[in-house]
Amino acid sequence: MSASLVVFLILAVIAVAAAVAMLLSNNTIYSALYLIMNFLAIAVIYLTLGAPFVALAQITVYAGAIMVLFLFVIMMLGAEKFSEKEPLRWQRPVAIVLGLGLIGEGVYVLLTRIGTQMLSNTATEAMADPKALGALLYSKYSLPFEITSILLLTAAVGAVVLTRGGKREEKQ
Amino acid sequence: MIPIVYYLALAVILFSLGILGVLLRKNAIVVFMSLELMFNAANLVFITFANYFKTLDGQALVIFVMTTAAAEVAVGLALMVMIFRVKGSIDVDQMSKLKG
Amino acid sequence: MQTDSFFSLVPLVVFIPLLGLLINLILGRRLGEVFAGVVASAATALSFIIAILLAVALGHSPQGVTIPFAEWIKIGSFQAAWNFRVDTLSVVMMLVVAGVGSLIHIYSIGYMHNDVRHNGDLSRFTRFFIFMNLFIAAMMILVSADNFLMLFVGWEGVGLCSYLLIGFWFEKGKDGIGNALAAKKAFITNRIGDFGLLVAMFLIFWNFGSLDFSTVFAAAPQVAAAHPTTLLLITLFMLLGVTGKSAQLPLYVWLPDAMAGPTPVSALIHAATMVTAGVYLVARSSAFYALVPAAQTAVTWVGAATALFAATIAVAQTDIKKVLAYSTISQLGFMVAAVGMGATVAGMFHLVTHSFFKALLFLAAGSVIQAMERGAHASKSGIEIDPQDMRNMGGLRKQIPVTFWVYLIGGLALAGLVPLAGFFSKDEILAAAAKGHLAVFVVLALAAFLTAFYIGRQIVMIFFGTPRSKAAPHASESSRVVTVPLMILAALSVLGGLFNFPGVSTLEKWLAHTLGETTNASFLWSVAGASLLLALLGLGLAWLVYGHVTHPQQKEQADPLQSRLGALYTGMQHKWWVDELYAFLFLNPYHAIAQFTAQPVDQGVINAAGDGLGRGAKGLGTWLRRFQNGFVRSYALWMLVGLAAILTYLVLR
Repeated sequence: MSASLVVFLILAVIAVAAAVAMLLSNNTIYSALYLIMNFLAIAVIYLTLGAPFVALAQITVYAGAIMVLFLFVIMMLGAEKFSEKEPLRWQRPVAIVLGLGLIGEGVYVLLTRIGTQMLSNTATEAMADPKALGALLYSKYSLPFEITSILLLTAAVGAVVLTRGGKREEKQ
Repeated sequence: MIPIVYYLALAVILFSLGILGVLLRKNAIVVFMSLELMFNAANLVFITFANYFKTLDGQALVIFVMTTAAAEVAVGLALMVMIFRVKGSIDVDQMSKLKG
Repeated sequence: MQTDSFFSLVPLVVFIPLLGLLINLILGRRLGEVFAGVVASAATALSFIIAILLAVALGHSPQGVTIPFAEWIKIGSFQAAWNFRVDTLSVVMMLVVAGVGSLIHIYSIGYMHNDVRHNGDLSRFTRFFIFMNLFIAAMMILVSADNFLMLFVGWEGVGLCSYLLIGFWFEKGKDGIGNALAAKKAFITNRIGDFGLLVAMFLIFWNFGSLDFSTVFAAAPQVAAAHPTTLLLITLFMLLGVTGKSAQLPLYVWLPDAMAGPTPVSALIHAATMVTAGVYLVARSSAFYALVPAAQTAVTWVGAATALFAATIAVAQTDIKKVLAYSTISQLGFMVAAVGMGATVAGMFHLVTHSFFKALLFLAAGSVIQAMERGAHASKSGIEIDPQDMRNMGGLRKQIPVTFWVYLIGGLALAGLVPLAGFFSKDEILAAAAKGHLAVFVVLALAAFLTAFYIGRQIVMIFFGTPRSKAAPHASESSRVVTVPLMILAALSVLGGLFNFPGVSTLEKWLAHTLGETTNASFLWSVAGASLLLALLGLGLAWLVYGHVTHPQQKEQADPLQSRLGALYTGMQHKWWVDELYAFLFLNPYHAIAQFTAQPVDQGVINAAGDGLGRGAKGLGTWLRRFQNGFVRSYALWMLVGLAAILTYLVLR
């Protein structure tokens, strides 16, 4: 039972618990906050796996930007409470069965078929070098990089257009 | 040091929880958040293998996934806002106009 | 005189009637009844004139000539062209068809004038003449054909015209559909015969490689020696075609029903021309029949049996046209028997004379019928009186003298009294029978006796005695346009014997150019005397039996023969139940099969299969539709289900 294993287990439990709490919570804001906790746990796992840049990017972008956006929208629309009547009768039982089945199946396959021979490596300087990551991004993945930037631009413009158009209609 | 299957198992659990969220919750925003959870599970797999094979490609891909997720969230939430303006609610079950 | 150029006129015998048809089609209705009738009659008369010119040309070059006209079929080794064959046999037929035809056209002008008014549709006048011209054209194609295929074209054409003309008043007749049914019966029965002719043609092509008369008949002896059965089959199948078209046993049943058509139709088509096409076919193919004695016997006996059978039925009929119809069948039997025995010239001679007096009898019968209609109208008896029923007539010779005299002449010619035409032609046939086929002779002699009897009966019942109904005393004579053709035909019936007077034998010499050495159309005075005796006996007996039974209002009284012959008479009256037999054997089972195939099979199985497919698709769609409930979450659930299934499969593999 090495220290890294203990650390991993604690983080894993936090992540899963936060995820479950997010699913079960009635209050949407609490769900968002639980999700942020989940992201933070995962970010620390990234750290242990030797990806500090990605970990910080996760905190900054995911927990910082995306979840804040979520919170903005939640508060703008008002956290609502819906009726608990489920219109689709079989939805809940089947979904739960399937979901749990997936989990069980996946874990079983992983542990039996793939086995525990493959071990992760300790984080080294070479792995975590942002300079190397940047060089990789701009050389091998330059095309996806450019496309992603266009994607971001499009998303930004689209978001503005979508909401602005509605405003004009409302005024009329 | 730690068998990577543990990381992969964690990823599977988070992914399945995300799916359950999509299927079980009626609040559209919670559905979106479950979607983010699924993205994260995938990212975790990427990073795990990046560590195992000692390359940085996995991390680069994760960067891309994050940016794409960000863009998607932006647009998706804009759509949510519009739907709320039209329908007055973000209950997923009320958006069933595609009923055959 | 250079007459050979006349030969090139032969295509006109076909095309002038077609031209007349076209003119009537386009202009007829607008320019009135007289115009339509005159155009049609003139077209036929012009064909007759051309036939005369051809005959004159043949007089100078009697071996005949083939005029090529058009290329028709040329596939591989099979060639069939449309050529016109001008030889003595075809010209004899052309003269008969066009000559008698033009007289009948003229008669029809007067007859149809009354008939369209009696039946209530004046606009149909032109249609009649269009069909009649079409018939003349088709018949001309038949007789002038140079190969079996063109003959068949004409064969089918006359069958079509027969159908069109029998069903001319298609909405009338028994139950409003009787005429149409009679036309259908004629067409279908003919079709069975046509099947026989077609099979014969197939066999001819298969064995000879060609359908041209000259090629085929020249090669006949070799094929007969090599494949005798083939030639037998060809001739027997051709016989089937002849029984259909010339109304012999067993396919004669259409001809009595065909009397539903207007009387000129019965005269032209079912007495003088179309029904003789079968006799012509056998005469033309005499080269075949001469080589197959078994087929000759078959043909002879079919003809003889038909002659006797039909004569017995004619004795007991009460409808004026039915008697003549069965008489036609009987006389055709004589002709077929003649050509079967090899006495082709005798058969053709009888064909010519028969066309004269039978057309005369039919046309005169039409005159009688219309006289009765006028009488019924005048006496206000209306539709209760059937103008065609002989039991309603009687004593008409005072009312319609011209018709009486021509009818008498025609009847005596049919019976075979010297010196009328029928005497010579019938006795040539009897002489040929007496020479070699005694059994046939006995049968034919008996048929001749019955012929005299039934025609005597008919004349006595119609014209002598006292009227038996209210309409008869008021009957009036027909117009000149009707009676003049009758008189011309009567003259021909009297003088027709000259065509082949024994000793002079004009027709025999004429036909010998085409038919080669045929059995001498001989004339035995002993046979002639005996048949004359039989005829007088028949007529006398008829006068005895029927001359005294004519009191007024005694139509309901049974026919005097009924008591004397009992069951035999009932059989004759009911046509020996042949139609009923055919219905039982063929028509009813066929109807049942058709009904079965239509109802349970077509409706039940095939329709249901189609409908079932539709309903199945609809049901499937309705079931599948439930998945489209609009809820995104359920769609996602189904995706997950699929995912789980795939994963499970991959895991368990």
